[in-house]
Amino acid sequence: MKILVCMKQVPQKDAPLKLNEAGTWIREDVSYEVNEPDAFALEEALRQKEKHGGEVVAITAGPARSQQVLREALAKGADRAIHLEDAGFVGLDALNVARALAAAIKDEQFDLIFTGLQSDDQGYAQTGVVLAELLGWPHATIIMQIERTGDGIRVKRELEAGFFQFVDMPLPAVLTIQSGINKLRYATLIGIKQAKNKPMRKVTMAEVQPALGPNLQKVERLHVPQKTRNTEFLEGAPAEIAKKLVDKLRNEARVL
Amino acid sequence: MATVSATPKSKISGGSFLLENRSASDVFTPEDFTEQHQLIAQTAEDFAANEIVPNIEKMEHKDFSISRDLLKKAGELGLSSAEIPEVYGGMELDKVTASIIADHIAKYAGFATTWGGHTGIGTLPIVYFGSEEQKKKYLPRLASGEIVGAYALSEASSGSDALNCRARAELSADGKYYVLNGEKMWITNAGFADLFTVFAKIGGEKFTAFLVEKTFPGFSIGAEEHKMGIRGSSTCPLILNDCQAPVENVLGEIGKGHVIAFNILNVGRFKLGAMCVGGARVSLENAVQYAKQRKAFGKVIADFGLVREKIASMAALIFVGESLVYRTVGMMDDALSQIDKHAPGADKETRKAIEEYAVECSIIKVWGSEMIDYVVDETVQIYGGYGFVEEYPAERAYRDARINRIFEGTNEINRLIIAGFLLKRAASGQLPLMPAIKKLMDEVMSGASTEDFEGPLSEERKLVSSAKNLTLFAAGVASQKYMQSIQDQQEVMGAIADMVIEVYAMESATLRAQKIAEQSASSAMLPIAMTRVYLSQAMEKMESAARKVVAAAADGDTLRAQSAILRRLAKHDPINTIQLRQEISQKVIERGKYALN
Repeated sequence: MKILVCMKQVPQKDAPLKLNEAGTWIREDVSYEVNEPDAFALEEALRQKEKHGGEVVAITAGPARSQQVLREALAKGADRAIHLEDAGFVGLDALNVARALAAAIKDEQFDLIFTGLQSDDQGYAQTGVVLAELLGWPHATIIMQIERTGDGIRVKRELEAGFFQFVDMPLPAVLTIQSGINKLRYATLIGIKQAKNKPMRKVTMAEVQPALGPNLQKVERLHVPQKTRNTEFLEGAPAEIAKKLVDKLRNEARVL
Repeated sequence: MATVSATPKSKISGGSFLLENRSASDVFTPEDFTEQHQLIAQTAEDFAANEIVPNIEKMEHKDFSISRDLLKKAGELGLSSAEIPEVYGGMELDKVTASIIADHIAKYAGFATTWGGHTGIGTLPIVYFGSEEQKKKYLPRLASGEIVGAYALSEASSGSDALNCRARAELSADGKYYVLNGEKMWITNAGFADLFTVFAKIGGEKFTAFLVEKTFPGFSIGAEEHKMGIRGSSTCPLILNDCQAPVENVLGEIGKGHVIAFNILNVGRFKLGAMCVGGARVSLENAVQYAKQRKAFGKVIADFGLVREKIASMAALIFVGESLVYRTVGMMDDALSQIDKHAPGADKETRKAIEEYAVECSIIKVWGSEMIDYVVDETVQIYGGYGFVEEYPAERAYRDARINRIFEGTNEINRLIIAGFLLKRAASGQLPLMPAIKKLMDEVMSGASTEDFEGPLSEERKLVSSAKNLTLFAAGVASQKYMQSIQDQQEVMGAIADMVIEVYAMESATLRAQKIAEQSASSAMLPIAMTRVYLSQAMEKMESAARKVVAAAADGDTLRAQSAILRRLAKHDPINTIQLRQEISQKVIERGKYALN
């Protein structure tokens, strides 16, 4: 099976975020890492390849720094990588990112495309689904498990309230992968050394520009939430306190 | 983080930092890590966090099956063979990589000691001195962690003076093997290692190294020592009772065991420094996390100035430690990159290239081990009573750190190496120390003005230059007084070593901060604050050490005249370190750990 894994570089989880001057996004000078669900998507792709053979290709869109996620993918065992390299990809909405990805792989024939369920920064959870639509392929989201069945696949989806759904799908297909479905491997030192020599195709903004349209979604302004926490001590006899508490829960918090 | 790869530079001679002014572009810093370095750092970090840390309790209680298992896993990932050539199953990577791995593995001192004993002194003797057959036979299995290595030099009555060892070896009647007799002590990994580099004197005279497998007849292991710290590592004596080692297991040349004994500590010392930095980072993180949640007088103790002051000092020390370690290994890699690894005699060239930086490596060892002792001590202090009980990590870290000042050459021995090596190089003319001292003395007498610096950190670079002059002055005064016999004046040598150490630390931090500032002024704020804090305290140490030397070397009017010169050389305006530490601690507390941004 030939599998494409869409990966994104996002700010590190514990990185202190500062707004840029325009207040439209965060400042660039933070540490970055691989978007967590994408790491699980890559791991799943590598496991599928180990079972069924084939090829794993990692793709990302972003400035030069985002090449790090591709190197990491190559070090862990991806066969090659595609880098849509331009700082301009950072501000695109999900539709345009999907258009750019689709344009970059138009000459390839993949059996499966994996994305993480969503990104840890913007959290749209749309890119994979939109990409499937653009390609005219079926898709399934929040995937927990993938099995080959003859010429198709059977996937396990996570639903709400502890329910799961099993879906039989034809290939090719797009799957968005849930975090935590497998155990991530380490990049071995030999893998890291070999990654340097694996092919990495660069795609410029100009090459995919004709496929893009205007951004339909625009971030006007980001706000850092104000920390507000008021602790109020209720005083008096226990019965009195209980009465006051019920009153507050009912009339102020409106949870009763 | 910038991903500028290190370009080969002209080779810098060891110890020359004392005499020459370096520019920021001359030093390698963590900001210069390549993409590959960063990926390897990530693997080492993840391995430590996911595999080592969850097993700490078991290893503390001497479940060494875990340690062996972890060595196997580390071996499979390639983390144990950065310094082993590819042809013998190793990764054959640079010393920066070796240090990065050591730095991140050091999250738990017990296993870091096990790993360091295996990959360093347990493996490197064969890498650098082994015959082709010995390398083929042992290195691939050491690289993969299939077998575990150890190093047996010390005895009950000989440590730093290893040549006084009592263990003996005699050639068997049929000439096929050596019969070894004696006892070795303090052997790291002894409880579960498979292969030991054992030193003994053939015929009671020729000091020689032997590769001894634990299955050889007459070889046995004594009981585990009950140690103050690093309890998660194995330390036992070896008993050699007519132990038979085949003649082909002689390592290196007969009678030349001292070359191996001294070199191996040399070529491994820099990683001990890297481990001290890694351990200190963990300790600071624990201290900060605790300070952020522990309340006193209605607020968290991280809000108190005296706690913040400690946090800032610890962070500044870690910054300096990183600067020292990576600058040094960067220089080594530049020198090593010029060696043809496949040419005959490459092992020797490699050893020589590393030995070139013996002073810098000793500095890293001494400075790093004293730095982590300070950090774990202040961590206990921040934890208060909880720092004194076993349920919290501060207590273990405090005990674990202490050994670093003792093993791999005590800090006293290393101080003598630092001052002695420089004076030896000066005497042989390799290092123009004496002309530099004379020039300085002439300048001082004529009252010539000091050098001017421009650009970022110009004040700090001026201070580094003053520190160098102060060191040269003290060394000059001492040499005049004691001449050749200065080697016997250990206290004077120690004080000079202290000054040399501080010069290297001050300069490494300053140049790194400058390098960061030249790339981006906004990301240099914290590095500059840390550098200024460190320089301020280092200058105080410098002055006090210089005063000690001068007072010992002169008296009367001479002493008064020299003290006046000393004061002039050390002159600098005080800076507001309270404010700087506030800024540093603010950021570190916000991040909950050591961080530069």
